[in-house]
Formats: sequence, C-alpha cells, structure tokens
Amino acid sequence: MRPFQFVRADDAATAVQTVTANPKAKFLAGGTNLVDLMKLGVERPDLLVDLTRLPFDSVDVEADGTVRIGTNVRNSDLAAHPAVRNGLPLLSQALLAGASGQLRNMATVGGNLLQRTRCAYFQDVTKPCNKRQPGSGCPARQGDHRNLAILGASEACIATHPSDMAVALAALDARVAVSGPDGDRETPLAELHALPGEHPEQETTLRHGELITGIAVPPLAYAERSAYRKVRDRASYAFAVASVAAALDVEDGVVRDVRLAFGAVAPKPWRAHAAEDALRGRPATAASFRAAAEAELAAAEPLRDNAFKVPLITKVVVRTLSDLAGETS
Amino acid sequence: MTEATRVQLHVNGRLHELALDNRTTLLDALREHLGLTGSKKGCDHGQCGACTVLVDGRRINSCLALAVTLDGVEIRTIEGLSDDGALHPVQQAFLDRDGFQCGYCTPGQICSAVGMLDEFDQGWPSAVTTGGQPAALDAGEVRERMSGNLCRCGAYMNIVPAILDVADAAAGRSSA
Repeated sequence: MRPFQFVRADDAATAVQTVTANPKAKFLAGGTNLVDLMKLGVERPDLLVDLTRLPFDSVDVEADGTVRIGTNVRNSDLAAHPAVRNGLPLLSQALLAGASGQLRNMATVGGNLLQRTRCAYFQDVTKPCNKRQPGSGCPARQGDHRNLAILGASEACIATHPSDMAVALAALDARVAVSGPDGDRETPLAELHALPGEHPEQETTLRHGELITGIAVPPLAYAERSAYRKVRDRASYAFAVASVAAALDVEDGVVRDVRLAFGAVAPKPWRAHAAEDALRGRPATAASFRAAAEAELAAAEPLRDNAFKVPLITKVVVRTLSDLAGETS
Repeated sequence: MTEATRVQLHVNGRLHELALDNRTTLLDALREHLGLTGSKKGCDHGQCGACTVLVDGRRINSCLALAVTLDGVEIRTIEGLSDDGALHPVQQAFLDRDGFQCGYCTPGQICSAVGMLDEFDQGWPSAVTTGGQPAALDAGEVRERMSGNLCRCGAYMNIVPAILDVADAAAGRSSA
C-alpha cells in the first residue's frame, strides 16, 4: 500500500473542503472496500478523510412516512432497524443477504452505494482495465465474464455493480442527499450511478469532493409486501449471480402496481421499468411475471459465459413475484 | 501533516499510545506493535474472518480497519476474553466440542461467535430468519450468522454445536 496522509473530519463542510482541495484525496467510511483496494494497489489516495465520526448515524421516519437514513448508519444496524425490518422488508433482506456479519458491522450506507465492481480484471493491476486505466482495454469480453453484465454494458466495460442494498433502494425510488463545495443537493438514486459507455472510469454523477450524507426512502403504500431474492454460488457470504428486489400491489388478482429491480446483471442497480410497465393491469400470474421479465430482458446482450443469467433472472422474477402474489391473495 | 498518526488504542482494558504509519491495519497493530498474535492473518482481504475482533462490542474484520480510525474505542481480542483466568463460555465450548482442527481460524471463530450471540440477544434478524423475529438459534441460523468465518479444516460440524451449547446455556439461565 502506498503511504498516505490521514485526517479525521469533525464536520461535513471541512471534509468536503479538504477533499475538494486535493484531487488525490478520498473519503473513508467503513473501509471494507477502499482499504482492500488500497492493499491491491487499485486505489492510491494521497490523503484519506475519515468520515466515521460525523453525525450522520440515525434513521428517522418523517410524518409522511419518508425514511431518512444517515450515510454512516452501518449495514447491520439498518437491516435490524424496526422501520426497515417491518416497513421495508426488501431493504432489510437485501442488506442481510450481503457480505458477512463482520462486514455489515463496518460497512456504511454511503460506502455501500459507492463500492467498486468486483470484476477480476478491475481488481488486478497487472491486467488491462478501461475502468481502472482508461484506454487500456477490457480482457473480460473474451475472458472471465461469467458473472458480468448482460444489461447496460458497453464495448469498453461489462462490469457489474456489486451492491445488494442499492438494488432494493432502486426499487424504492430512493433519493441521495449530497453535500458539495457548492452546497447541498438531492439526486435520485437512479441518477447516481452512470452507465459505462465510452467512459467506464466515470462511475457516478458525483463530482470530486461531493459527499453523500444520507438517503431518503419515500413512502410506498405496499412496501410491506416486498422481498429481495439473491442467487449466488454458495449459500452465504458471496456476491450475487443474479438478484431481484420486488414489491407488488395486487387487487382482485390483477397487478395494480409493481416495483422491480435487478442486481448483478448491470453496471448499476437496474430498475426494470419495462417489466413494470408490462405488468401493470395484468393478471398476477406466473405467465404475466415471465412475460414482464422477458420484456425487460429483450435488451439483454449476453456473452459467451453469462447467457445463463437471462433465464436465471427470469426465473427469480417469477418466483419472487409469485411468492408476493401468494401473500397478498 | 505526515504519513503517521498518534493514536490511543484501548485493547483488552489497557491503553496503548502509539505513533502508527497510517497504513497500519488494526490487525497489524495488534500483532506487530502490541505482541497480541492471537488474532490471525488469513486472507488479509476480509474474506476469511480469522482476524475477527470486537470493537465497542461488535465483531469486525481487523484486517480492513485502519488503526488510526480507532482512537479511543474499546477493542477486545481473543487474549481479552477470559475473565481472571476462567475461559469465556465460548472458549470452553470450543474445547468441549473439539471445535477446531489446526486452530488457525479459531480465535476469529470465537470472537465472531461472541459478537454474533450478542447480536442475536439484541433481536437482530439474519438472512434465514423468517417471520421477522428470530425465535431461537438453530444450526441454520448459526451457519448463516457465522458465514464470515471460514474453516479450511472443515470443523464446522463441531463449531456449530459448540456455539449452540453456549446459546442454549444462556437461554436456560435467563429462563430459570
């Protein structure tokens, strides 16, 4: 690991100023991904600004039902919080499906959103990678891409976003609170992560020095009827091969409304708008659910070794929505 | 600013004042600066759990925590679990159940189990918990909650019963 300077932030404004002033400075939160990438030589900051003592550590439910979550709330605390466990099951389940007990005790909300892809080429500095070193090439297209993207990728990059939590938040229309050198702003989570196009090194719409201070989850009347289902290569403590976050509102056997997002199949948490549009007003049956998944996956561009994800995620959609439909009937 | 930082580490009830290279992980601070070699370096990437320690009572991977971030917090390692010479109940249960073979993962397994049992007592759910509230620890819950600790000897068949023994004994005491 390269040497770096370290400061502990006492307030958000100073943290933002300090990082803004140094192009090679980075914010440090739980460290579960950043410290690992520094060991690997992928991240090489000159300065770390430690955010963990900043007061963004509470979960608050507002009068209209909006759940505001501070960026420093640990993944384990968020998963166990009554407002999340009872009111937003898909979010609690997504958090509990991720990583291990130890890592969930360290990982924060903001860090989880901004974690980097686990693509093997990105993490290996001896290999080309357009995301890590723009213009160096992408060996993944011809090489190891079994767990890489089938949606939203580009010639330059087929990396997937690894978060479980973010998939649930995408389904919930979460908003991200950002503090920057020009003040505070709020952005939809859907606009936080960028698709790779020709510039996979630009992963988010945050500018250097902008700090995520929290997220807001707006109320969803049927959020209690929601679930997160994750498929992975072992029973626990593994990244997803495919995952689905879903909430379903059924009346008289007909889908009144639905939220659907996919994980581990795209460079960002993938909100499945085409599937949602295909499902509203349709009978809440396995055939409708399958047709909806297929509507979304019409745009899929699978590669040699990840084409299995197309039928896999279709089946996960059918199973997850069928279970939810069963609960609501 | 320099590339080293003064830090006060409270480890197992003792205060240590150190000037550490900012790159030093908690694991390396414990092992290389404080001589506490019970916490083990397995993968050094947060994938095996051998380095698990308790920070303010919560289990974490000490290989991914920079020591300079932990100024003033309470750190407990495998060396600090016994009470005046008496083994912690989880340590005793691992002995009684032969919950190890080579022993390399054992300090991490034990610290993780101590943290996990506390999480369960606080009512935290796991990925296999159904119906909201975990009713009781069973083998499935223990395996899920302990999935961050790998044992390459494969001693899980004794580790899981050891942890269940402690949970059952605690439940018996609290209901008595």
